[in-house]
Amino acid sequence: MKTPLIAAGFALVASMATAETLTVYAPDYFASEWGPGPAIKTAFEAECSCELEFVTGDVLPRILLEGARSEADVAIGLSQDEMARAAASGLFAAHGQDVSTLTMPVSWEDDTFLPFDWSHLAFIYDQRTETPPTSFEALLAMPDDTRIVIQDPRASAAGLALVMWVEELYGDKAGEAWARLAPKILTVTKGWSEAYGMFTEGEADMVLSYTTSPAYHIMAEGDESKKAAIFEEGNYLYVELAAQLVGTDQPDLAQRFMDFILSDGFQTAIPEGNWSFPAKLDAEKLPETFRTLPVPDKALYVDAETAEAMRDEAIETWRQGLSQ
Amino acid sequence: MAAGSQPVTRSLAALAAALVLAVTLGTLAAVAWRAEGFAGVGPAARDALWFTLWQAVVSASLSVILAVPVARALARRRFRGRGAVITLMGAPFILPTIVAVLGLVAVFGRSGVVNVALRALGLPEVSPYGAQGVILAHVFFNLPLAVRLVLQGWLSIPAERFRLAASLGMEAGAVQRALEWPMLRSVLPGAWLLIFALCLTSFAVALALGGGPGATTVELAIYQAFRFDYDLGAASVLGLVQFALAGVAAALAWGLARPAVFAGGLGGVVRRWDGGGWLRLQDATVIALAALFLLAPLLAVGLRGVAGLAEMPAAVWWAALRSILVALASAALCLALALPMALAARRGLWVQLVGVLPIAASPLVIGTGLFILSYRWVRPDEIALAVTALVNAVLALPFALAALVPAAREMRAGSGRLADSLGMSGWARMRLVTLPVLRRPIGFALGLAAALSMGDLGVIALFADGDTATLPLQLYRLMASYRIDQAAGAALLLLALSLALFWGFDRGGRANAGA
Repeated sequence: MKTPLIAAGFALVASMATAETLTVYAPDYFASEWGPGPAIKTAFEAECSCELEFVTGDVLPRILLEGARSEADVAIGLSQDEMARAAASGLFAAHGQDVSTLTMPVSWEDDTFLPFDWSHLAFIYDQRTETPPTSFEALLAMPDDTRIVIQDPRASAAGLALVMWVEELYGDKAGEAWARLAPKILTVTKGWSEAYGMFTEGEADMVLSYTTSPAYHIMAEGDESKKAAIFEEGNYLYVELAAQLVGTDQPDLAQRFMDFILSDGFQTAIPEGNWSFPAKLDAEKLPETFRTLPVPDKALYVDAETAEAMRDEAIETWRQGLSQ
Repeated sequence: MAAGSQPVTRSLAALAAALVLAVTLGTLAAVAWRAEGFAGVGPAARDALWFTLWQAVVSASLSVILAVPVARALARRRFRGRGAVITLMGAPFILPTIVAVLGLVAVFGRSGVVNVALRALGLPEVSPYGAQGVILAHVFFNLPLAVRLVLQGWLSIPAERFRLAASLGMEAGAVQRALEWPMLRSVLPGAWLLIFALCLTSFAVALALGGGPGATTVELAIYQAFRFDYDLGAASVLGLVQFALAGVAAALAWGLARPAVFAGGLGGVVRRWDGGGWLRLQDATVIALAALFLLAPLLAVGLRGVAGLAEMPAAVWWAALRSILVALASAALCLALALPMALAARRGLWVQLVGVLPIAASPLVIGTGLFILSYRWVRPDEIALAVTALVNAVLALPFALAALVPAAREMRAGSGRLADSLGMSGWARMRLVTLPVLRRPIGFALGLAAALSMGDLGVIALFADGDTATLPLQLYRLMASYRIDQAAGAALLLLALSLALFWGFDRGGRANAGA
């Protein structure tokens, strides 16, 4: 007689034990109502019988502040330019994924940081620009009354990526390149939001953003006037990463989430949630606009160690090049 | 005797001062402690220091100089809608940076109305970018504050003085020398100091409009040290530099200040008998120009936002509600800190010193310090809203004190003596003397604290998560998700709520005062 009751009791305890919470640190734009976060949460909770909780903010600084005591099980939204510093902290664990089949323009080898989406950095323009530049050199050669808004490399991930881009292309001549670009720079903003706002308000002819930005205007606004400048030599590749923490108290759940990242349930939320390309999704599963989006043939990519080694000097070159 | 109320006030004031010290210097110490050693700062930080200093001097001087004619015009003119003009002109100061930047660009930008008009007239264009952009934005932000502080000074001159001057047949020039100049000498240094220190810690403004390495401030260098290099040592050194700069500014301002002592008045309207004719025209022109400069950008934001207002998702409204509650809590706490400090201040020196700390402090260092001190015991997102209310109350304190201290000083010299002679103390004195007499600056302080807290984005970023987002944070999320129209709607909502809070409190403070 008592057996069913005991069984029910065990079942209850078991269900309580499995209703665990996975804490994922993520940037605001990722976890917000308009980002991919909500769809990913629903899809993951359906298969893990757990609860996924996003904690938003500046992901890496917060984890470095909290150190080994961090409540984070997984961090999402790191950029490749932060990777070396994140790795040096020793706070992150191996992702355990097969990264040989990613649908990215470069092969990925790191076994700690797992890409979940990517796009190319690009200057976005509209019909006011009659002859858009087809290379970085052509960009530098544009008339000096062209108005371009970029972001500060000391405050913005996109701004930092641009500095790397110039350093990679021009090396010792990076200072000269900045001096040539300087007259065309309307202003340098703290973040992407301010810069893009100035562009859509008609204040600037071009803005530093991503090759995938036009997809939003096409799909959500039916506006095909905004385009990305595709460069012959390739555009700088921007990759967003996730990693699980060594100090997680939910190692199994964190591992399951890392497995989930490369699955369709996660990846299909990316194009129209984060307006970028999923790291692993067959082309036919992409929305049509993304399939026909112009992208560069080549991707310029700087690996984490090189990026870390040249970061400070590249920023100083940028500073001096624009100060003159 | 009234001495009975003094120890209570003084210990409350000491408590308030201790809290301010903990939030400002305490958090800096926490960051330095975690840094395990100071780091050197490079040439970039040195350049940033110079830019910060000179733009702050220029911005503060321009704001204060321009504020004098505007405040004088407002003090001696009565016209329909005067209260609304004063309130609306205060709006830029309480605007979140991004809203202000969008407004300034819409008016002064390359395709803004000013340049369209200049082009049509064949005149050279103006640019809101670069160093002049930083100064333009700082004057836009701080002119309203300067006007309010100077206006507060004008209103503190008892009406009887002006009547006396009129009965003695004094002309405008003589009134200026005898009444207005002494008041300005006591008010302007403090106003200049406040605005100078505000411009020292300016961060997002200089970045969005100033743009680039030529216009980098110390606060940005702190942000960089923390956010990108994770160098707490450099961040705390720069935080100390910022404190030191504001300390020098404070010492200079005290050296210049000559407290003017006026005999007690009855707190009525400032009726003036001087200045008819062409002075009337001059005042009208000054008020119109100032209103145009300060209100046109707001109008631009408003027009842009109307369309987006209807399609805003529920999350924006919830964020708005959260922001209102934080703002109310912040305002109440700010007054609870400021009132005892203002009442306990005999000559106001130590109060001004403690009161200036919050504007000298880096919001980023405060946020990081509080995070270091708290995260081991509580989940940051659980205290996100409380921390935001606390930090904003402390950050608004300098403005509350700037309004309250002179008024409290005059109250002591005036009705305070009467209350002493009647032996009033404790709650009765507070209710019958202090609150009615200080009603106007109290309303101003509450309104300012509420509105500043409404637009804050600095501190909450480290603490908040998706469920505790405030309206400014939600606005950035909309922009980052390309929802530009909805973001414009949220900007309009933020503008309207900030204004409504400020207007509500300030109006309450000015009721029955005849303004």
